[in-house]
Amino acid sequence: MNRQPRQQFDVLVVGGGPAGMAAAVRAAESGHRVGIIDDNPAVGGQIWRGESEAGSEASKWIERLQSSGAIVLRSRVFQQPGQRILLAEGDDGIWELSFEKLILATGARERFLPFPGWTLPNVMGVGGLQAMVKSGLPIRGKRIVVAGTGPLLLAVAAYLRQHGAAIPIICEQASWRKLARFSAALLAQPGKLLQGLQLKREVGETRFSANSWPVAANGRTTVESVTISRSGKPETIPCDYLACGFHLVPNIELPLLLGCQIQNGYVRVDDFQRTSVAEVFCAGEPTGIGGVELSLVEGEIVGLSAAGRIAEASKLFGRREKLRRFARSLDRTFRLRSELRSLPQPETIVCRCEDVYYSRLRDQSGWRAAKLQTRCGMGPCQGRICGLATEFLFDWKPDSVRPPIFPVRVKSLSGLTGDSNLELCEITGGRS
Amino acid sequence: MHMCSQITMTVNGAPIVVPSGTTVAVAMAIAGQICRTSVSGEPRGPLCGMGICFECRVVIDGKPHRPGCQILCKQGMDVKTDE
Amino acid sequence: MNDDAYDVVVVGAGIVGAACADEFTRRGMYVAVVDRDMVGGGATAAGMGHIVTMDDSEAQFALTRYSQQLWQKLRPELPIDVEYDQCGTIWVAADEEEMIEVRRKQDYYGQRNVPTERLDAQTLTRLEPNLRPGLAGGLLVMEDAVLYPPCAARFLMERAQKQGATLHLGRSVAQAGQGRVTMTDGFEISANIVVNAAGAHAAKLTPGVEIKKRKGHLVITDRYTGFLRHQLVELGYLKSAHSISNDSVAFNVQPRRTGQILIGSSRQYRADQTEVDNGILARMLQRAQEYMPGLAQMLAVRTWTGFRAATPDKLPLIGPWPGDSSLFLATGHEGLGITTSLATARILVDQITGAKPEIPIQPYLPSRAAMEHAHV
Repeated sequence: MNRQPRQQFDVLVVGGGPAGMAAAVRAAESGHRVGIIDDNPAVGGQIWRGESEAGSEASKWIERLQSSGAIVLRSRVFQQPGQRILLAEGDDGIWELSFEKLILATGARERFLPFPGWTLPNVMGVGGLQAMVKSGLPIRGKRIVVAGTGPLLLAVAAYLRQHGAAIPIICEQASWRKLARFSAALLAQPGKLLQGLQLKREVGETRFSANSWPVAANGRTTVESVTISRSGKPETIPCDYLACGFHLVPNIELPLLLGCQIQNGYVRVDDFQRTSVAEVFCAGEPTGIGGVELSLVEGEIVGLSAAGRIAEASKLFGRREKLRRFARSLDRTFRLRSELRSLPQPETIVCRCEDVYYSRLRDQSGWRAAKLQTRCGMGPCQGRICGLATEFLFDWKPDSVRPPIFPVRVKSLSGLTGDSNLELCEITGGRS
Repeated sequence: MHMCSQITMTVNGAPIVVPSGTTVAVAMAIAGQICRTSVSGEPRGPLCGMGICFECRVVIDGKPHRPGCQILCKQGMDVKTDE
Repeated sequence: MNDDAYDVVVVGAGIVGAACADEFTRRGMYVAVVDRDMVGGGATAAGMGHIVTMDDSEAQFALTRYSQQLWQKLRPELPIDVEYDQCGTIWVAADEEEMIEVRRKQDYYGQRNVPTERLDAQTLTRLEPNLRPGLAGGLLVMEDAVLYPPCAARFLMERAQKQGATLHLGRSVAQAGQGRVTMTDGFEISANIVVNAAGAHAAKLTPGVEIKKRKGHLVITDRYTGFLRHQLVELGYLKSAHSISNDSVAFNVQPRRTGQILIGSSRQYRADQTEVDNGILARMLQRAQEYMPGLAQMLAVRTWTGFRAATPDKLPLIGPWPGDSSLFLATGHEGLGITTSLATARILVDQITGAKPEIPIQPYLPSRAAMEHAHV
């Protein structure tokens, strides 16, 4: 391990998904010294996850990133010790990273809602199960029920089928009417429509059931079947896995820590993706859930802006606006229905880190009181999972963000006060 | 860097072989083992797949609470179910 | 808008307010409790939950020992989520100079029937193997305990409510005294007695009360069962708690039932922002790792801050406020609010009902400041 002084970047990008990569590529190709931070074993974020299929959009961007000269720092940002400095924790130590411009591309996470049996092993998120398959989980010949809400259901179901799983049913909680309106909106976006039709074809004989949601996951030590409600009628379907997630929610913890203005749960940005904090930009899902293409174009806009290439950035505004319209229709279509609030039973676990049951939370006056009295939200997930559930179930508002915004080693919180001799890891470029 | 295409490791004392590029959480699943036991004793496995839910925590080479879904298997790794 | 006249209205639903409400109602009085937030908020929500018998003055000893024994008696009634655990405190001596202090403490406690055990270096290591080698020893105070304060406060308040107390949460108090408490929205509660148990905010309610906020930081780790068995405090802690003006840190760790470790402690004056101060947090954690190097690799899950209510002479204010025959104080407990909450309630209510308190109350009377000034 080397002792390194503070690492300086012209542009520091937090998040190695489509938005982050596009931003880093554009800024680095413009000649700036660019660092890109991500905590996964490979870049690509959740959606591309180190994809290497030749010729795919993902692999093109990954290759471009590798040749751009941007430095990949495999780590997690957890604290802001001063102006224009962030601390990130890696495997062997921490990095102190200073920057002229900061681009937040922290992506989104799935929303999970509690229902009986949801904590059984092999009940995972929709993106969660896809991530596991991409990381080597064998699913050929397995039966997988896909449930929840959002375009991810169809996309992941198609992916799972491609890898040999049998998908007996896709349960979408949105109504047929909402979905029909959504499909009509897709007509305005031929590219999207084509994608949708392709996906529909790929899922083939899989039943697609709207007005449907999981009521219970059943099994002893792992999930063995799922009971779903289809327009009010219960049906139990045997399965090996349940992939269940209720759309995506932006990861805004770092923007909050930095003091960025948030509106309706998203980071507020101007045309050039600038946040309310000087020299801090934001691109991709934290500014609005809109999928890969919107993330890419926002990433390019912000990368070009940060590199001072304003005219080129402006040329992309039109494409961004079109994709934002799609994003807004996503939001409307996949809003959660109130029936989902009745899913948890008194003994259904809501906080998985601390095993806090629904009945213990029901009578609490708010998020803070619940935290203090039951320890809900006080575990390592720092309320990222249960906070979204309780917000939906009880309309509780989360409280303010404090460092560390991810659990980090005690050692990592105790370093770098001027003359500290904490060691830093060597920064490695390219493939991590 | 020369990479083996197969990795031999131990999960809860038993040896298994997985392709390189497999994460530890997946190795646990392939071995039929749970990642961790919850505060009240429930068996738990990965949920979010992206290092946020902390349900895939495992003990790797004696170090507890390591997020299995974010760590690639390495030759000779010793993995155990976490508390 | 008024409410029925009460015997007592208590402002503050933290551990001290809750203990007072419980004690007043136990003795048959009609009590209202008001808090701008929830039960067990403020310093009660933020602090470590250590029940400790202190020896830094006779008055401090008397109050903490009395209260610690009350907690011991209450233990069988405490629900499981209060997590009462008589794990004991070990005062850790880093060198021979601190071992002299250990002997002094042992004599002091011994003379007052507080059981302790002096630990040499070997015994210390046996009891706490994760302390770094090379420490000189320590003093084990086996009757000290830890608990989880927000649930303890809730337990006491629920008992008070069963005994007839009414609870008014989410109500900010604008004025307290002269036989009534007035909320910011004009709502009034009348009572013969008004108790200011508002902790770090007491001075706002009772102008002239000399209470300053003393900010503290804490960190909690993931679960590491068996790493730590006792509450550990460095003897240098006393220097930190005694310092009037400097920011200071001291090694102080506590085991939770879950196996999580609570790491403290820090004290800052002239710091009234709730934000975590990364610099002092780092210092505090460095100090902790000096005593327990194994902490370094542990996952820190959360950090937070809180404000202790500190008085100039480091003793709480328990008793009548001169100049207002209805107003009593139960505040200024600095880092000993959890420990002394039960005794505070007892001696406060004793003063009001005319019962004979178990310990002399003069050192805690709010009027002592005036008396001191009179002697100058």
